Amino acid sequence: MKKIIFIVLGFVFGVIMYKSEAASWFRIYEMFRFESFHMYGIIGTALVFGIIFIQLIKRYNIKAFDGTPIIIEDKDRSFARYMYGGIIFGLGWALAGACPGPIFVLIGAGFIPVIIVLMSAVLGTFIYGIVKDKLPH
Amino acid sequence: MMEFILQPWPWYVSGFLIALLMLFLLLLGKRFGMSSNLRTFCSMCGGGKASTFFDYNWKQDSWNLFVVLGAVLGGFFAAQFLSENSIPAISEATKLSLQDLHISTTNAYLPAELFSVSALSRAKTWVILIVGGFLIGFGARYAGGCTSGHAISGLSNLQLPSLIAVIGFFIGGLIMVHLLFPLIF
Repeated sequence: MKKIIFIVLGFVFGVIMYKSEAASWFRIYEMFRFESFHMYGIIGTALVFGIIFIQLIKRYNIKAFDGTPIIIEDKDRSFARYMYGGIIFGLGWALAGACPGPIFVLIGAGFIPVIIVLMSAVLGTFIYGIVKDKLPH
Repeated sequence: MMEFILQPWPWYVSGFLIALLMLFLLLLGKRFGMSSNLRTFCSMCGGGKASTFFDYNWKQDSWNLFVVLGAVLGGFFAAQFLSENSIPAISEATKLSLQDLHISTTNAYLPAELFSVSALSRAKTWVILIVGGFLIGFGARYAGGCTSGHAISGLSNLQLPSLIAVIGFFIGGLIMVHLLFPLIF
């Protein structure tokens, strides 16, 4: 039953990504050229409501559906890993025009070459796991 | 209503729905983040033998693989049944700049020069897709998240690390588009 809920949520996510054009290489390119408000509008609106939802959860101690408390762990404090990792991710995001979510959406939409992006992203993750202890974190 | 759905969705509708999705995952006791699935793939395929980073109980994250499956189905459904015109209406200035890069803007959701099957006959397309994917996978794990985990979930929770990561995303993206694209295309 729970599996079906996650598939439905993923399905809705896929439809939103495709229909909002956030999964389009063109929109990512346009965003990095500051030539449209579209992507900033999407991320900004998601953020405004995201902040409101999380503040409501914290203020009113809203519980999960199964009754357990919702505890959102703070991210580990660091600068290097977020800045260096972020720059590397940004280079790839702009080049391939897709972040990890839309990669799956685009494969479903029938763009065969995106499978190469996915396999290479898995390889990139794997290589990170191999060399991570040698990197500044 | 159907007319509205078939058109590209406005940013305020899309942004609100993304936040709602994150809320639902929180209420289900989960966290919104797509790139962690790439690590799960590595662990499923026995990556734990190569690095302790992949040696963990990936089954605890298997719920996210169902989100991925749904995302693939959602992409298929949206492209097949919910789209009349799927050519993004990007700005005229962006179209002009794409002309200089020899990228067409008139025919598809993604540029045919990179994402059509016929483009795979060029070695350059492979290099771009492979390098792009590698940077995405490596960078997302190094930074501990991608657009969903940092730009949406992390910033929503007012996390300073996520702000640093998002600034990094933009430094990388701006370098790629403004400095490297003229050399690549």
